[in-house]
Amino acid sequence: MTRPRLPAWFVLLLPAFIVLAAVVLIPLLLSLYSSFTSYRLTRPETLYNWIGTFNYEKAVQSAHFWSAFGRTVLLLTIALNLEMLLGLGLALLVNQVTYGQRLLRTIMMFPMMFSPLLVGFQFKFIFNDNVGLVNNALQSLGLTNVAIPWLVDGQLAFISILVAEMWSSTSVFAILILAGLFAVPRDPIEAAKVDGCTPWQSFRHITLPYIMPFIYIALAIRSLDVARAYDIVQIMTNGGPARRTELIWTLIGRTGYVDAKMGYANAMGYISIFLAIAFTIYFFRKLNAARAELGMGG
Amino acid sequence: MAQVTLRTVVKKYGALQVVHGIDLDIDDSEFVVLVGPSGCGKSTTLRMIAGLEPISGGEIVIGDRVVNDLPPRHRNISMVFQNYALYPHMTVRENLGFSLKIAKRAQGEIDRAVDEAAEILSLTEYLDRKPGALSGGQRQRVAMGRAIVRHPDVFLFDEPLSNLDAKLRTQMRTEIKKLHQKVKSTIVYVTHDQVEAMTLADRIVIMRDGHIEQIGTPLEVFEAPTNTFVATFIGSPPMNLLEGRVAQDAVALANGITVPVPEAFRAHVTDGQEVILGVRADNLMPVGHAMPMEGAHAAFDMTVNLSEPLGTETLLFATLAGEEVQAKMLNPRPVASGEQLRFQLDLTRCHLFDAQSRQSLR
Repeated sequence: MTRPRLPAWFVLLLPAFIVLAAVVLIPLLLSLYSSFTSYRLTRPETLYNWIGTFNYEKAVQSAHFWSAFGRTVLLLTIALNLEMLLGLGLALLVNQVTYGQRLLRTIMMFPMMFSPLLVGFQFKFIFNDNVGLVNNALQSLGLTNVAIPWLVDGQLAFISILVAEMWSSTSVFAILILAGLFAVPRDPIEAAKVDGCTPWQSFRHITLPYIMPFIYIALAIRSLDVARAYDIVQIMTNGGPARRTELIWTLIGRTGYVDAKMGYANAMGYISIFLAIAFTIYFFRKLNAARAELGMGG
Repeated sequence: MAQVTLRTVVKKYGALQVVHGIDLDIDDSEFVVLVGPSGCGKSTTLRMIAGLEPISGGEIVIGDRVVNDLPPRHRNISMVFQNYALYPHMTVRENLGFSLKIAKRAQGEIDRAVDEAAEILSLTEYLDRKPGALSGGQRQRVAMGRAIVRHPDVFLFDEPLSNLDAKLRTQMRTEIKKLHQKVKSTIVYVTHDQVEAMTLADRIVIMRDGHIEQIGTPLEVFEAPTNTFVATFIGSPPMNLLEGRVAQDAVALANGITVPVPEAFRAHVTDGQEVILGVRADNLMPVGHAMPMEGAHAAFDMTVNLSEPLGTETLLFATLAGEEVQAKMLNPRPVASGEQLRFQLDLTRCHLFDAQSRQSLR
């Protein structure tokens, strides 16, 4: 008598299935389910109160949601472009350095070593209207004698957050683009010089196509980062004052944990995920196109 | 079209000097080949002419301009690189037209120049492919095409054939020679392959350790090498060198073998002088399997250690005066190792070098 045996492939894959189900699949399904309920953290029994697509309809019709969504897209667009340009400039400069380049590369990575929470606190202090460095500097230089409300005025607060975001993450671009610059072969650059290119033309026509894949990788990584931006904003302005700097995830976080409307928060979360997925798909398409340009397959 | 002149050109990397003040005059539409072993400074010299390496001393003149401080784009040169250095993200057409596009020529003119170059190099059917989809030989032709569309004053070739297989190399060699006859530009060509140098060059410049050892036409450097380095570098197999001492119009080699001093060297040697006798395999052949030797010649017996049949001839390795030498057998028959043969030595084509300076005694 032999007991019926499970097929080997199934047994071998089972541990992976169990772990994935426990940590990813079940929470994912649960949150998806809860977005169709009126689930409130303070009233656990509401988890079973099915309300259909009500939460989604509410989110889609909410001006707060869309303004936070729009602000997130705006922050993403501006931060990514500026970080890319600054990072490219930084990488090109460091690439020219022959002596002490290792040290510079290490220093360049310092901002990446700090917790975003600490970066938030630091910039909250720098932009403080009374004791902050920026206002002190501007006043000492005689450029202004008023205390500029950096973190209170809606547009200034957005710029302050942008500065903090860029300070902490420009080096991601710089490091990845520098890696790209290291991989650019010397021959085509020299051929371009002989073919009559000025340094700018060599960069534009030869170097840039070589580093585009690296730029798109950095953009893909950073677009996910910024799309889930939470910590710096939470510390610097807490989305305020009066929702002037509200981003998607500060809004969702407040809805879920402060207002305890977890079902509604999950519904907004699922809509927002599409933002991140859309950007990722976009940049990966671009990445593959850039790689195909270079004959790298893809 | 332009002359190129190098005057005491020096290249140093820090304390390390790699080119030691070389002088070279290249005529308009001349094909000059720089040849030498790895690290002899030939590529560095070419890159200095191109402007890709700054020079540490001396003067480089292209046409009538001193170009020492001009960037490559102002020198009106084009260069073919060893690894082709094609732009991988551009099609063949864009690669060929790139320099003209940068020079802001009219699109019609670019198209004409590209089509013409593609025609010359039989690339027309590949114009819309990218370099990744081409074979080595085709890439090489694109690299050459990119050089010719600009009608530069000077073409620079940096070991352009060394990445190709043997058959393709021979084929491309012929194409380069044809190309030169067609475009009649000045060409400076770097290679470590002496066969390429011999077949392509109007004049060969043989370099070693950053010095020029000899400049001459292929026949000059083959028939009258100025020193033992050139003698062994040019010609295949390399010239046999045998040490000896001059005694009464003869060179006494080891093991009691003597060879009369060749006519051309009689006036230049003295009794008791230490010399090196240079003998090419082509002038040392078994009796009955040799070219007719009309001038003075010597004969002696040698034991064959090894034979390498090449079809039309057989290369023989034999011992002469305690040294292994290479000889050639025309109209060959099978030769066994250890077989003793009588060899003829054509004295009119022998060379004598001073044993100390290793310079030719002619």
